[in-house]
Amino acid sequence: MAISRRKFLASIGAAIGAGTSGALTNAYGATNKHFKGYPQSFGVLHDTTRCIGCRKCEQACNEVNKLDKPEKAFDDLSVLDQKRRTKENAYTVVNKFKGKFDVFAKKQCNHCQEPACASACFVKALKKDKTGAVVYDESLCVGCRYCMVACPFNIPAYTYNDPITPKVTKCTMCLPRIREGKLPGCVEICPREALVFGKRKDLLKIAWKRIYKNPDHYIEHVYGEHEMGGTSWLYLSSVPFEQIGMSEDLGVTPAPKFTSGALGTVPMVVGLWPVLLTGVYAISKRKEKIANEEKKEAVQKANDLALNEMNNQLLQQKNQMTKEKEAAIRNEVAKALEKAAKKAEEDAKAADDAGKEEE
Amino acid sequence: MGSEKTIAQKQFVTPFNVVAAIIILVGLVITVLRFTKGIGAVTNLDNNNPWGLWIGFDLLCGVALAAGGYVTSSACYIFGLKKYHSAVRPAILTAFLGYAMVVLALNYDVGRPWRLPYPIFYSQGTSSLLFEVGLCVFLYLTVLFVEWTPAAFEWLGLKKIRNWVVRLTLVLTIFGVILSTLHQSSLGALFLIAPSKLHPLWYSEYLHVYFFISSIFAGLSMVIFESSMAHKWLHDKMDETHLAEADGVVLGFGKAASFIMMGYIGIKIIGIAVDNNWHYLTTGWGLWFLVELIGFVLFPAILYSVGSREKNTKLIKIAAIWTILGIVLNRLNVSLIAFNWRLPASERYFPSFMEVWTTIFIITIGVVIYKFIATRMPILYEHPEYKEDH
Repeated sequence: MAISRRKFLASIGAAIGAGTSGALTNAYGATNKHFKGYPQSFGVLHDTTRCIGCRKCEQACNEVNKLDKPEKAFDDLSVLDQKRRTKENAYTVVNKFKGKFDVFAKKQCNHCQEPACASACFVKALKKDKTGAVVYDESLCVGCRYCMVACPFNIPAYTYNDPITPKVTKCTMCLPRIREGKLPGCVEICPREALVFGKRKDLLKIAWKRIYKNPDHYIEHVYGEHEMGGTSWLYLSSVPFEQIGMSEDLGVTPAPKFTSGALGTVPMVVGLWPVLLTGVYAISKRKEKIANEEKKEAVQKANDLALNEMNNQLLQQKNQMTKEKEAAIRNEVAKALEKAAKKAEEDAKAADDAGKEEE
Repeated sequence: MGSEKTIAQKQFVTPFNVVAAIIILVGLVITVLRFTKGIGAVTNLDNNNPWGLWIGFDLLCGVALAAGGYVTSSACYIFGLKKYHSAVRPAILTAFLGYAMVVLALNYDVGRPWRLPYPIFYSQGTSSLLFEVGLCVFLYLTVLFVEWTPAAFEWLGLKKIRNWVVRLTLVLTIFGVILSTLHQSSLGALFLIAPSKLHPLWYSEYLHVYFFISSIFAGLSMVIFESSMAHKWLHDKMDETHLAEADGVVLGFGKAASFIMMGYIGIKIIGIAVDNNWHYLTTGWGLWFLVELIGFVLFPAILYSVGSREKNTKLIKIAAIWTILGIVLNRLNVSLIAFNWRLPASERYFPSFMEVWTTIFIITIGVVIYKFIATRMPILYEHPEYKEDH
C-alpha cells in the first residue's frame, strides 16, 4: 500500500508537472528574458492623419477573405456615424471620430508581439507566426472564447449563430497573400497610403521619422511600439490616441506576464501539497495513536490501583477476621479452661466436703 | 434507514416532481434550440461579452460551491476530525454532481462541445490558465466519481471492489485537495490576463489566492446548507450517527468558516493596499465592492462566530445561506458585473430568459439525481454491513 501510494502520487506529480512546466517556459516565469518579437517579422503602419474614411480597405478585406456582404454597401459612408467594432463578416472597420476636424482610424487585429489570445488559448488554436501574423486554426478551436476575454483590443469575434461549425474570426494579416509575396488586401488598396506594410523594425523608423519631421502634426507616440509588449500594427495620430478609440492605459507588460505568476505556483502546489498533507495526516494519526496509548495506560493504571486497593482491603479484612477468630478461640479456650478450673475446684470442694463428712 | 426497497412504491406525482418535470421539459426545448440554431439564438452573448451567465454562474459559482467535497473529506481523513465522518458522503456526492453539472453546462456554452477533450488529449495549450482548469476539473471529476463509488457498490452488494476502493481513500483525498487548490485558484487566475477589462478593485495579482480561500468557506457553507436541506426533506434516510453528528458538523464548520472569512477579509484589504486602490472605494464601484466585502463576507462571518459561540445552529444556517449568496455575488462581480466595466451601458451584458432557464434546468437535473441517489444508496446513513468499517 505504501509503495503503491507513493508511486501513484509520483505519477500524478509527473503528469501535472510535465503539463505545466511547458507553460512556464512559454510565459518566461521568473527569468529576466525579454522577448523583442521575431526579428524579421512584418507589420503595418497606420497613419491615421492620412486616412479619409473611404472604406476601401474594408471592401478589399471582405473580398480577400470571401466574407458575407454587409447590409449597406461599402461606398455608403453613413455607417461611419456609428461606432463599430470587428465582427464575423468584418475583420476590419474604420471609425470616424469627431473633433475640431474628423479623424478616421482603422481597426483590426493588432497582431501582438506576445498575444494575449494565443497565451489564453487552451488548445493552441491561436499562434504567433514568425511572419508576425497571429494565426487561428479553426480545426482545433473548441469555442471557449477565452481569447475574446483576453484580447485587450476587443478584436476576435465569434459566429454565434452557427450551431455546428462556429468559429473565431479575425484579421489574418493576409498571411496567405504575404506568403505569395503580395501585400495585405487593405494595404494594397489604400488610395492615401495611410497603410504601409513592411518589417516592423523598419516601420518603427519610418514612424518616428515622420514624427521628427512634423512634430506639430503628430502626437509624439507610436501606438503599438510598447503597448501590451508591442504590436505588429503601429499607429500615428494627430490627436491623443484615447480620442480615436485606443486605450492609453494598457501598459507595456505583455499579456502572458500577467498569468505567469499564477501558473508558476502550480508546480509548487503539486510538489509541496502531498508532503504537507501527508505530514498533517501523519501528525493527526500519531496524535490519535498517542491519545489511544495514553488512554490505555491510564485505564491500566486505574485498574492496577483499584486492584491493589481491593487486595489491601481483602488482606486487611482477612487479618481482621483471623484476629477475630483467634480472639474467639482464645476466648473459648479461656472459657473452657475457666470452666474446667471451676469444675475441678468444685470437684475438689466436693471431695473435701465428702471427706469431712466421713470424719 | 436501510429501507432501500420501500422507495419504489412511493407516489410519483408530487409537487417536487411536477415542478422538476416542467423545468426539465422547457430546458429540453431550449437545448434543442441551442444545438440547432446556435448559441446566438438562445443567449445575449456578443463579441464584447463572450462570457455570460453560463460561465459566471454555472462554471464559477458551480465549482466554488462544490468545494464542500474536498473541504469535508480533508477535514475528516487528513486532519483527523473523525466526528465529521457522516458529513463526508453527502458532501462528496454533491461535489461530484456539482462538477458533473458544471461540465454539462460547459457543453452548452462552448461552440463545439464535442471537442472538449481536445485540450487534454489532442492539443495542449499549456500557457493557458483555462488548460489548467480543464485538466484539473477533468481529473477531479474522476477522483470524485471514484470517491463516490463505494456508496454505489454497497448498494449493489459488491463487497470486494468496495473494500478495494475504500483503501484508496487517503490517496484520493490528497489528490483531490491538490486538484482543488489548483483549479479553484485558476478560475480566479483566468481573469489575470485582462487587467484592462476588470475593475481594479476586483483585479488583483492575488485573484487566484482569493478564489482559493473563498472556495474553502464556500464549501463549508454549502455543507451546512445542504445538510439543513437534507434534514428537511430526507430526514427519514438518516441514521442515528448522522443525526447525532449533524449539529457538531454545523457548529464546527460554522466556526471554521468564520475564521477563514476573517482571514479572507484581511487579504482582500492587503490587496487594495498593495495596488493602492483606496481612492476607488469612494466611487460607485467602491460602494458596490464594500457591499460585497462587508455586506456579504464580514456580516455573515460575524453571524457565524456568534452562532458558534452560542451554539445556535439556526444562526449558523442563516449565515451559511448569506455566505453562499456572497460567493455568488463575488463570482458574478469578477466575471460579469465588474468585468467590461468601461463599456457603455448599451454594450453591457444581461442574461437572456433562456440562459437563466438553462441554468435553472441544469441545477434541477443535479437536485433530481441527488434525490435519486440519496433515497437509494447509503449516503445519509451507514450501510449496516459496513458499520464501524472506517
